[in-house]
Amino acid sequence: MKYIDHHAHMVSRTTDDYQQMSLSGCVAVTEPAFWAGWDRSHADGFEDYFRQLTDFEPKRAAQFHIQHYAWMAMNPKEADDRPLSKEVLKRIPKFLDHPTVLGIGEIGLNRVTRNEIDTYTEQIELALAHKQLILIHTPHLEDKLKGTRISVDVLKSFPTLEPSRVLVDHAEEHTLGMILDHGYWAGLTLYPQTKVSPQRAADIVERFGPDRICIAGACDWGPSDSMAVPRFIMEMRRRKHSEALIHRLVFENPVQFLSQSQRFRIRPEVEPQEVGTR
Amino acid sequence: MNPQSSPSPLSAREVVDEYFIENRTKLLEIAAFLDRLDRADPSYAGRDFRMKAFVEALAGLDRKSGRVDFIQQLLSDPREVPLDALDRKSALGAFDRWSEEKRS
Repeated sequence: MKYIDHHAHMVSRTTDDYQQMSLSGCVAVTEPAFWAGWDRSHADGFEDYFRQLTDFEPKRAAQFHIQHYAWMAMNPKEADDRPLSKEVLKRIPKFLDHPTVLGIGEIGLNRVTRNEIDTYTEQIELALAHKQLILIHTPHLEDKLKGTRISVDVLKSFPTLEPSRVLVDHAEEHTLGMILDHGYWAGLTLYPQTKVSPQRAADIVERFGPDRICIAGACDWGPSDSMAVPRFIMEMRRRKHSEALIHRLVFENPVQFLSQSQRFRIRPEVEPQEVGTR
Repeated sequence: MNPQSSPSPLSAREVVDEYFIENRTKLLEIAAFLDRLDRADPSYAGRDFRMKAFVEALAGLDRKSGRVDFIQQLLSDPREVPLDALDRKSALGAFDRWSEEKRS
């Protein structure tokens, strides 16, 4: 089945991962700017990283017939460093005209500090000023509930921001409702340990339905799985869900959200089957 | 159930047939983890906030419904105010409400 992984940190993965993803049906990945696992010492390091995301990675993906898109941002893990964040934010606008950049992301909170909130707020302003889509990271584990609440509160403080142009990622059972209730898109990211499993993601879809939900692997340099979306597809098939419902979650929904950017080249397909059980 | 939900086509019997063995395995993993901790120090679980939350979460499995939501809330930081300063980079998996209680 064709799928799109809307959150994959491919700079951390080998070409073997691209090959496996292509073999398993992946047609496009979108890669949010991210923490490298260690703090960078200067904004120049971010600029090189942004060039890697926009110049090098699309070529690597194209070898396997996968479209590669990127999101530009100061990531939440380093966003508490306000002087560095201000320098990085100055360098982002010149990348926003690149033909494979879809928007600002992943922005958001990590430990939910006041500095992180200031950097997050400035990046929403940047997205609005440049008419960009927004991809939001929500914090891990015990910080997720509080961080998602505050992230949503900050979003609501921008009355001109259209909720349909925002995807709030790393949603789980206790945060999905508040994200969808405010009109945002939600991402379920499948991790071996710290987020949701394919089984729990399928449970969440069964509880909340497929509207405005996208599925991603969020594979990176840590314990993660570039084959996470195919595992979700297998889990849904294991439960006898229809191919149409699965296709909607892993292809049609991400296309609907991402094609709000004119730069996203995949268009919605007419789906002949009704969404339901087979 | 949410009106927009997409219920599993599996019957209850099929759910058990399909998922019993893998969850039996997970159950034994938890039991083995607790035994391992006891062998190291039987009193330790009562002193570590993560383990105190873990034990409460296990008790939550007795609930008739909403077990996942209950455990997610139990392990979460319930506060609504941000931190004034960054204390560490990573989350630990459970909120230390016992230290919070001592401070208040």
